[in-house]
Amino acid sequence: MNDFMTVLPEATLTALACLVLIVDVFRRSDAVNVTFWAAVFSVLLVLSQVAIYFPEQSGLAFHGTFVHDPMAAVLKSFMLVVMLLSFFYARDYFQRRGSTQTEFYILALFAGIGMMVLISAHSLLTVYLGLELLSLSLYAMVAMTRDSVEASEAAMKYFVLGALASGMLLYGMSMLYGVAGTLDLGALSGAVADESRHLLFTFGLVFVLIGIAFKLGVAPFHMWVPDVYQGAPTPVTLFLGSAPKLAAFAMAIRVLADGLGALAGEWQTMLVLLAILSMAIGNIVAIAQTNIKRMLAYSTISHMGFLLLGLIAANAIGYAASMFYVIVYAIMSMGAFGAVIMLSGPGQESDRLQDFAGLARRSPWIGFLMMILMFSLAGVPPFAGFWAKWFVLKEVIAAGNAWLAAVAVLFSLIGAFYYLRVIKLMYFDEPESPRAAVGAGEDAHLVFSVNGIAVLLLGFLPGSLMSVCLAAMLVNGG
Amino acid sequence: MSADFPLLSLTIWLPIIGGLWVIFAGSRVHDGAVRNDALLISVATFLVSLLLWQGFDNGTADMQFVERLAWIPAFGIEYYVGADGIALPLILLTTFITPLVVLAGWVVIKDRLSLYMGSFLLLEGMMIGVFSALDAILFYVFWEAMLIPMFLIIGIWGGPRRVYATIKFFLYTFMGSVLMLVALLYIYFQGGSFAIPAMHDVTLTLTEQQWIFIAFLLAFGVKIPMWPVHTWLPDAHVEAPTGGSVVLAAIMLKLGGYGFLRFSLPIAPDASMSFDWLMIALSLIAVVYIGFVALVQQDMKKLIAYSSISHMGFVTLGFFIAFQVAAGSGSWDAAATGIEGGMIQMISHGFISGAMFLCVGVMYDRVHSREIADYGGVANTMPVFAAFMMLFAMANAGLPGTSGFVGEFLVILTAFKANVWYAVLAAMTLILGAAYTLWMYKRVIFGAIGNNAVAQLADVDAREKLILAVLAATVLLFGIWPAPLFDMMHASVEQLVSHIAQSKLP
Repeated sequence: MNDFMTVLPEATLTALACLVLIVDVFRRSDAVNVTFWAAVFSVLLVLSQVAIYFPEQSGLAFHGTFVHDPMAAVLKSFMLVVMLLSFFYARDYFQRRGSTQTEFYILALFAGIGMMVLISAHSLLTVYLGLELLSLSLYAMVAMTRDSVEASEAAMKYFVLGALASGMLLYGMSMLYGVAGTLDLGALSGAVADESRHLLFTFGLVFVLIGIAFKLGVAPFHMWVPDVYQGAPTPVTLFLGSAPKLAAFAMAIRVLADGLGALAGEWQTMLVLLAILSMAIGNIVAIAQTNIKRMLAYSTISHMGFLLLGLIAANAIGYAASMFYVIVYAIMSMGAFGAVIMLSGPGQESDRLQDFAGLARRSPWIGFLMMILMFSLAGVPPFAGFWAKWFVLKEVIAAGNAWLAAVAVLFSLIGAFYYLRVIKLMYFDEPESPRAAVGAGEDAHLVFSVNGIAVLLLGFLPGSLMSVCLAAMLVNGG
Repeated sequence: MSADFPLLSLTIWLPIIGGLWVIFAGSRVHDGAVRNDALLISVATFLVSLLLWQGFDNGTADMQFVERLAWIPAFGIEYYVGADGIALPLILLTTFITPLVVLAGWVVIKDRLSLYMGSFLLLEGMMIGVFSALDAILFYVFWEAMLIPMFLIIGIWGGPRRVYATIKFFLYTFMGSVLMLVALLYIYFQGGSFAIPAMHDVTLTLTEQQWIFIAFLLAFGVKIPMWPVHTWLPDAHVEAPTGGSVVLAAIMLKLGGYGFLRFSLPIAPDASMSFDWLMIALSLIAVVYIGFVALVQQDMKKLIAYSSISHMGFVTLGFFIAFQVAAGSGSWDAAATGIEGGMIQMISHGFISGAMFLCVGVMYDRVHSREIADYGGVANTMPVFAAFMMLFAMANAGLPGTSGFVGEFLVILTAFKANVWYAVLAAMTLILGAAYTLWMYKRVIFGAIGNNAVAQLADVDAREKLILAVLAATVLLFGIWPAPLFDMMHASVEQLVSHIAQSKLP
């Protein structure tokens, strides 16, 4: 395959994103659906390209700056699926508000390009390029509702902190470049193997790790997460909380495992601290929340901490466990925010926990699926979230850290409480005031059902996705 | 019926699929159809389980009705089920109790009936799944999934403090079981297989065994429950609807006992031996101290809940005196008697506690109070009911001729061989049990009519009579003729004892 064929999905998405942008400018002002369907078909086309050109082996392109391997293809596929579903959720949300804003889809497409580049990055420069394209699109998405004070505040916070994190990352990268004399991750991993320069490399590693931790939203670099999740319009939160996690995970694998694998001893210790801190802060602080978006933000922090545990094993199976975790998490998180979108009516944002009171009576099906999602997030079998936790725990114990597994499950126990509270509100409580059934449209119902049932099915048959992750990581590892 | 027909899977999945069907089809049909469907499914499951009994070979300790399919081949997780003499009685208990629970909720439950009936059916299938799972991960999945319907049952149809009770129930159980998961994974890495029979042969150092034992103890000790992690039980029992209390007492508590037999004792025998003083002490505390606690209860359900904890103390005592008995008498035969006594006690307690909760439920449905003080002289208006409850109260107190006597007698008998003082303390239950049960019975049933509500009570109707009569017959049958139970479990208990007797140290 030549270089251009390797980047075909990325190139197609870039061209189509520009095309959708032009279509959007010239459409009739009330023909919102034109942009929506154009964006949907763009994603579908790119998804089919990724699927058709699924690689057997990893291959490099553009002088080793871009890598195409099974891990990239799997993550890109799931990222695109998540993006596709998020479009349907978003359309329902905007439609019921009578909003004609279509920037969401266009910015999401550009963020998608950034994520795909980031997932396939094989040079520090490509990492940075993809990351910035993703981040800048996300900043703009958060700020999309201009007249909302919360959204503007959230966007400002996100931008300032995000810029700071990018600065840290860049500083770390320049340190690595200064020592190794290369930006290529393959060459870097060779240079890092030189023990005499470990101290200098570790210095760079610390800053790079801060950048990655910020993107994943793990403590203590989690400050932006609750504010941004709460302040952003719900479809943006949904998008922000699901797809970019896949890309951030890829970034961690590319930089830490592929690039700085020889420093595993150093970053393992750092990740253990980050993981424990995240699980503690995320799970404990989430209990105090009354806003469900904020609660889910803290839940994200704790889940990302759990995900890091898989990386600590520092072998292909451990990475596969984390990969499985991040994919399952993206699906669950999308569903949970999807429920918030379904509940929100025109002119009101149903993001207080109290808004879920009596949901099982008002809309039994949505209540049922939300219950599945909550149990899954809590890690109760037979749902997908359990297998994600199981797989990671297994690798933690395989690496000889049974105590760490015990700590992790005890924090999950604390976490179970706030998920149970949502179920309690939905099933045991009566609604505050008599409300009509949820007014979301047919297609939002359908997408939400697909979302919830996916969590259920993955719970019964997790084996195939696990095998896919394992296969992808084994190719990557050797 | 051919030998390879998946009879055991049918017993597991018939109520699960039936339960889902009841939940989702239930909103479209009227309540009468929901009731009939639920009863039909639960009775059908019971009949299928009778086929299991009929096809069961008492002579062997091997797993029977084994089905083995790859589930997650990448990690060697299997859908691996089977039943031996330890699991089968408990499976039969589960399928026997569930139709009675369905009947008990027949007219009382009016709100979201299909969800109620469906939850109990789901619960039934999952509990049978726990008893028959032979793959540790499959076991864990059923074990945890079971919490979900019970969480809903207590939370939706429970009493005033139902939310507190159900979240406490969930978190307590979850705490124990997550650590069990870590232990199971650890054993997997030592032995290389998730199959439970294979885990029985893994060699582990004493320290490893002790940590594993503690993790299991938290999981099963919470479930059974043992003092001091028993506090969720009175809350859950008091707040749960009658059906919930019955399932909780009659079956769910037995899961803890089953876990000790299936995991703790055979996987970590050396740790069990080194910790047997702790287990015996906790069991005796449960028997004696909780017996005294039961004595002072004002709430009937709470009293029976404490009485359950006290009776479960007998079960754990029967299991864990094995080592001292064997050391004292030089033979493991006597130890087997203790374990069999514990098993019989579990089965019998399933019938008796279920019946006691149903009796309280019968009164609660009419008066809407569980306080002993709100009753008095019920015998005057409900003579038939009073007669039934008399039998169950006597059985709860361990009267010879009822099933309650058999297990207690065997455990006390075995305890004598270990240490006379164990036997003396354990025998206290015969006094205490009689005291709290019969005193409650006297205050509620005898005497002058306490108040207007009692004066207007109507006696049990045909439905209630049927439930109580079936239970009464069972209690008497196994009290007089427990041989079928012994025959069923004997070979498996022998094999279990041979596992315990063998050190797993490397």
